[in-house]
Amino acid sequence: MKEISLHILDIVQNSISAKASIIKLIVLESTIENKLIVIIEDDGKGMDKEFLKTVSDPFITTRTTRKVGLGISLLKASAERCQGNFMIDSEIGIGTKVKASFQYDHIDRAPLGNMAETIVSIILSLGENTELIYFHRYNHQEFTFDTREIKKILGNEVSIFQSEVVDWIKDYVKEGLKNLYGGVEN
Amino acid sequence: MKSLKELEEIRKNTLENINLRKGREGYRIIVGMATCGIAAGARPVLTTIMEEINKLDLKDVTVAQTGCIGACRLEPMVEVYSPDGNKVTYIKMDAEKAKAMVESHIKNNKVIDEYTMTVIDGKVIDPVTK
Repeated sequence: MKEISLHILDIVQNSISAKASIIKLIVLESTIENKLIVIIEDDGKGMDKEFLKTVSDPFITTRTTRKVGLGISLLKASAERCQGNFMIDSEIGIGTKVKASFQYDHIDRAPLGNMAETIVSIILSLGENTELIYFHRYNHQEFTFDTREIKKILGNEVSIFQSEVVDWIKDYVKEGLKNLYGGVEN
Repeated sequence: MKSLKELEEIRKNTLENINLRKGREGYRIIVGMATCGIAAGARPVLTTIMEEINKLDLKDVTVAQTGCIGACRLEPMVEVYSPDGNKVTYIKMDAEKAKAMVESHIKNNKVIDEYTMTVIDGKVIDPVTK
């Protein structure tokens, strides 16, 4: 994928398919430690240990339309190409956790990319009762976005999927991240 | 500066108009968001669709995503369900086509045939592009 944010969008689709009610997305950027870490954790239906062992194999997939499932293997390859690590852990009935780390200044590291667009796309993919908690840290600056907070302000009658709300969210995340990087768009 | 206060404003405005929206079935737009779709460029298609809906102030339109439809080489794909239940499948979409589609199909009820999937003798034929 051209951007790490596209990998994120892709992996979160897995959490949604697993019927998660809470999806935690954590992005940690540290120029000091020269690391970029992405963690996607869900409380979906999880996988048994046998399936978990082979899940990074592109020819192992739960989908029925094709014999190939590339999401996890592409992210794994992206991370390892950048002297990074990839880890996936899961437990049936508990959830799944995916963690990918990249060497920040590696020449082959794709840019993080348009996170605001990815967050908006994720929100439009969520079910009625699925929440997204997004935490992003860049060195010492932090940004948080929590759909539960948004829903609290909107109340029961106004949907988070409404186009004006989604538009607001896009700008809110864009601005929040701009402030993370000290007012410079990454 | 984006503020939570703006969100409260949106809530207020929506509640004031809510009686106008109740009970109306509108268009459903489904964008393919599997790995194939995302790699082919589904994200800008999705965000452009949302932007256009906002810009044209279209009400009662639902936008959602779906997984792999099985025809990965035709991604990004967009399925449009009209209020009367008809389905149109747009293939090889991009932001520009998505913008045109929302204006033509969703706003003016006119399908853009060149962007859709055609099936002849069980085989999928790519749309005719001028």
